[in-house]
Amino acid sequence: MLVEQRRWLTPTEFSELLGVCQFLPGPNIVNLSVSLGARWHGPIGSVVAFVGLWAAPLAIVLCLAAGYDHFSALPVVRNAFGGLAAGASALILSTALKIAEPLRAWPTGLAIAGIVTLAVAVLRWPLPVVLVVVAPVAIALAHWSKR
Amino acid sequence: MSSTLLDLTLVFGQLSLLAFGGANSVVPEMQRQVTELHGWLTPHEFAALYALAQAAPGPNMMVVSLVGWRVAGVAGALTTTLAVAIPASILTLLVSGAWFTFRDKPWRKAVQVGLMPVTTGLLMASAGLLLESTVLDWRLGVLAVVATAVFQFTKLHPLLVLGAAAVLGAIGVVG
Repeated sequence: MLVEQRRWLTPTEFSELLGVCQFLPGPNIVNLSVSLGARWHGPIGSVVAFVGLWAAPLAIVLCLAAGYDHFSALPVVRNAFGGLAAGASALILSTALKIAEPLRAWPTGLAIAGIVTLAVAVLRWPLPVVLVVVAPVAIALAHWSKR
Repeated sequence: MSSTLLDLTLVFGQLSLLAFGGANSVVPEMQRQVTELHGWLTPHEFAALYALAQAAPGPNMMVVSLVGWRVAGVAGALTTTLAVAIPASILTLLVSGAWFTFRDKPWRKAVQVGLMPVTTGLLMASAGLLLESTVLDWRLGVLAVVATAVFQFTKLHPLLVLGAAAVLGAIGVVG
């Protein structure tokens, strides 16, 4: 929409900016909209972009949540929700598998991914600890394997 | 500011700066903080809120707002939403300029490639923890396996699949 309909920026600019936002921590789409807003209108642009992105979905999801609270005593609602929750878990598993696909060409990368999974999901290490220990090693290995 | 709102701000502000690879990477840490450390929700409640956020339109970071709302009402929702958005946004604004300047440096490439498996591992962990708290019996297990296969091998819109999962639950086939 930003690129094709409004022509506010070129496709290359868009994908480069998206690359930065995906790399940096934080919700990607929030980072993207805030940096675009800032680019055109400074701090006010950021705030406007953020409110525009978040306000309507937030209102909808809070209504849904309130509705769920209200009706969750009904077995049919609870059961529908059980199915939905299992489906949503499957969705994130599928996303993870798709991201893992390119790593098949880099066994060390697969091993790193496995270690991170184990540390976070099974050993329940705090995320900051995992990142501080694993990320520098992973970056160093990536650097050497390229040469 | 009440102490709960302050706690929410600290937890989600920290998550904001840890979310390498996007919101889904911090799901395990969010779950650990919200269920184990602070006891605000049970793992099952957390997974339910996550599902609701996935099914609703909008950024998938919506789960953050929902957790805030469940813990401390509308004020909580606003608190967690802003706490997760502001630190990362400021960092992005500060760093994105430098990132373009160093575009062609080899270490930039190494950082990008090296973080990929880390992000993958975090997503795998998110998936594992969510499955653990949502697959409560073998029928939900079958549903999860089939849904994963559909997401992987077809181009059906994810919302259709989630809708079908909810209907199967409602009519009592699973759950």
